[in-house]
Amino acid sequence: MEILVCVTRVPDTAENEIELNSAGDDIERDDLVYSVNEWDNYAVEEAIQIRDRVGGSVTVITVGDDESDEILRREMAMGADKGILLSDDSFEEADGRGIAAVLKAAVTQGNYDLILTGAQSEGGAGEVGGMLAAMLDLPYASLVVSIEESDDSLKVGREIEGGNIEMNEISMPCVLSIQTGINEPRYVGIRGIRKVATVDIPVQSATDLGLADGSISSEVKRLDYFVPDMGEGAEMLEGDDDEIIEKLIEMLKAKGGIK
Amino acid sequence: MHTTIISPANASFLGLPTVIFSILIPLLGLVVFTYIMAMRRVPLANAAPDNRFDRPSERISNVLKIWLAQYRQPRYMLAGVVHIVIFFGFLILSIRATSLVVIGFSEDFVLPGFSGTFGHIYNILKDYAATAVLIGCGIAAYRRIIVKPARYAVPAKYGKDHTAEAVFVLALISILMISESFFDASIAAANIQQGLHAEYIAPLTLAWLFKSIFLAIPVGALQAIHVLSFFVHDLTFFFFLCFLPLGKHFHVITSLFNVYFMRLDKGNIKPVRYGIKDEDLDDLESFGVKKLEDFTWKHILDFYSCADCGRCSDQCPANAVGRPLSPRFISIKGRDLVFKNYPVYPVQKPGGPAKESEDLIGSIYEEDEIWSCTTCGACEQECPIGIEYIDKIVDLRRGMVEEGNVPQSLQKPLRALEKRGNPWGKMEKKRAAWVKDKEFAAECEVKVLEKGEQASTLYFVDSITSYDDRMVEIARSTSKLLDSAGLDFGVLGKKEKDSGNEVRRFGEEMLFQTLRDENTEAILGSGAKEIVTTDPHAYNCLKNEYKNLPPVSHISQTLLAKIKSNELKLKPVEDSSKIYTYHDPCYLGRHNDLYDAPREVLDSIHGLNRVEMDKSRDRAFCCGGGGLMLFYEPEEDQRMGVLRAEMAKEAGAHVIVTACPFCLVNMEDAIKVAGLEGEMEAIDLAELIEQHIA
Repeated sequence: MEILVCVTRVPDTAENEIELNSAGDDIERDDLVYSVNEWDNYAVEEAIQIRDRVGGSVTVITVGDDESDEILRREMAMGADKGILLSDDSFEEADGRGIAAVLKAAVTQGNYDLILTGAQSEGGAGEVGGMLAAMLDLPYASLVVSIEESDDSLKVGREIEGGNIEMNEISMPCVLSIQTGINEPRYVGIRGIRKVATVDIPVQSATDLGLADGSISSEVKRLDYFVPDMGEGAEMLEGDDDEIIEKLIEMLKAKGGIK
Repeated sequence: MHTTIISPANASFLGLPTVIFSILIPLLGLVVFTYIMAMRRVPLANAAPDNRFDRPSERISNVLKIWLAQYRQPRYMLAGVVHIVIFFGFLILSIRATSLVVIGFSEDFVLPGFSGTFGHIYNILKDYAATAVLIGCGIAAYRRIIVKPARYAVPAKYGKDHTAEAVFVLALISILMISESFFDASIAAANIQQGLHAEYIAPLTLAWLFKSIFLAIPVGALQAIHVLSFFVHDLTFFFFLCFLPLGKHFHVITSLFNVYFMRLDKGNIKPVRYGIKDEDLDDLESFGVKKLEDFTWKHILDFYSCADCGRCSDQCPANAVGRPLSPRFISIKGRDLVFKNYPVYPVQKPGGPAKESEDLIGSIYEEDEIWSCTTCGACEQECPIGIEYIDKIVDLRRGMVEEGNVPQSLQKPLRALEKRGNPWGKMEKKRAAWVKDKEFAAECEVKVLEKGEQASTLYFVDSITSYDDRMVEIARSTSKLLDSAGLDFGVLGKKEKDSGNEVRRFGEEMLFQTLRDENTEAILGSGAKEIVTTDPHAYNCLKNEYKNLPPVSHISQTLLAKIKSNELKLKPVEDSSKIYTYHDPCYLGRHNDLYDAPREVLDSIHGLNRVEMDKSRDRAFCCGGGGLMLFYEPEEDQRMGVLRAEMAKEAGAHVIVTACPFCLVNMEDAIKVAGLEGEMEAIDLAELIEQHIA
């Protein structure tokens, strides 16, 4: 099976103190450390596992700049066979639809049976997977938490309300957006990264992808970032320990936290 | 010597000269034994290299102390003493057994040097030895069959009970002792009956006892007893010899070599592969131990040598709290696999395994088993014959790390260490933020050597003490102490990275080397003449695994020196009603033999009432582990720290003093979990001493 996984490089939330910059239109990006978007990492692990079961190859692709090379190598150290970097000045300002359009151009140059994206990335829009499927006119399932292969189709589980799973059959080729928890991504050690440090990663520009000037623009523009004022949402539970525990369990059940 | 009894060399049975058997039995025995040993050599030859032929004088001294003097045996008093008796009995009787074999075909054979007085003295000695060994076997059998000490039990998941083999061997030894005594007693009794000269038999020995009984038996019957006991001894001896390499009694042969080749240095981890330089590691095909043959030959020898005494597991804190690790079975399962893959018979490929090796993880070892180890070293400290565990565990982890087989709970801190140099992923520039606390900064100024400043003493803080809200108090107390002692000191700030002690021990060798190289450069750049640490993990790593650094000391050593020289003066204890106990951090105690300095520092506080816990010094019980172990989520019934807090309570202590930030984290948590809040507290040595600056 030929699998393409779309990945992106994001500031690592666990290892950064995210602050707004003085202009308020972006986060402070000095002194940030980046890594591969967490959801994408699960998608790559899933692709590797599928390939190891049924054969084929895994390609990781990203829209980014020179620095995105690092995350492609990390995913290749994990086990992906090939990396492709889509880089062009004109991609820099791209919004979600723009990214999807760039990816679409790259997908059509290959011959993929399965295209995976993370369910979302740092921005939290969760839009690229669905848009890409629409642009490619391929079937699409989001928030996928399990994949099982049969001949020309896949059985995919989707996470729905309250932690329940919905099973679907989807024909290939298709696009799936992957939810965290679908697997346990393997560790990538320094040694693994060094082994792929010199592997050639092709870079494709807008021209290489056959994208006309000005075709990738940003229709959605970010105006501002702000930290919302603290609300008064906290509810203090009162009573002795047993009562508090009972109330807490009730509330968690009501909100679907436990069953 | 004239005697009425015909020796096995001259006797005949049903017209057949028995000397035929006296020649055939040893011949066959030696052939089979040599064959088995040759087969047992194959796995050693196929194993990874190991560098154990250096420093012969230290190795010989280990042999004299640990093997010959059985130095570690009395740590378990009864079993140890019984072992010492049997061990020395064996050494003494091996001479007799050898000469007896020859006597089987050459009646008057005497070993060179044994003909005169020395021979007589030896005979008395060997009779007492045989008697003592038989009594030893009796006690050992009683323990095995009736007492059944818990540490010999085999949990169901590890297979069948080992009692049968142990008792069988005790029976073989007993037969050897009895038949040897029968042999001597029968000839002496016959000679006495005939009024001939009889060899002196020392009173209260087995032979003496049998001789007294045999005086009532006719000479004809004694003749039969004499020859029969000889062949029983001969057969048992060679059967035993060939049986040794087939099970846990292989240690009778291998322990001498195992002790000779045992690890000489403490606190270090073996290189990924002996003979490969750090800079060539990238060219290695595979890292760590994945298959049986990836173990070094010494580690295979360890498997051969394990006597299944259970002391390692009895001391193992992971085993004590129900983690899925029992070091004893790391060895036993290893040996079982060696025996299975390299059977004595039939051999399929000359010089190779009969069975292709599988991945060890998932077949004989489990992932959680290997991650459960805190590398506290209690098992290695205890093993009477120098079997190693930490290097094997680390090698297995190296293999798992390379395969990406790392628990999710450890992946985040490892990635953070790679990106930010600390396992929490905190910003580098905040590493020395503790220095800037207003109240503290007003009292004590700490140089942060980030921009080329220099100081003669470098305080290497390490990650947890730099970032943890509670542990920064150790850093502040330490700074005040260094200040009071008049030292010109500084910290590296953002140039300092995690020391990497646990990074290496969790199998991420390349990340460790990166951290080590960055730290080494920063330390050398600081111009420091000496390094002080408060974190024993950093102390261990800098001292034993970094190279070309200025001398490293732990704060307890620095404090002791300054107290002794009167540069640091302490006032009497604040609360003399409190009872203190010192908990030995593994990386200070067992891994670096630093037991006394912290105790002496404590005792220099006038009026401080200190007690020892039952398990202290080199038998101290691990608090739960430091570094990355804080992040690992083990399967366990309870926390090690809770057990440790209970031990402190048992000793009557109100305050656990430790000298390690990880011990402090674990003990403070454990006191809460154990419900001892209010009656017990934990404090770091540096904090306590700082409170007592005069």
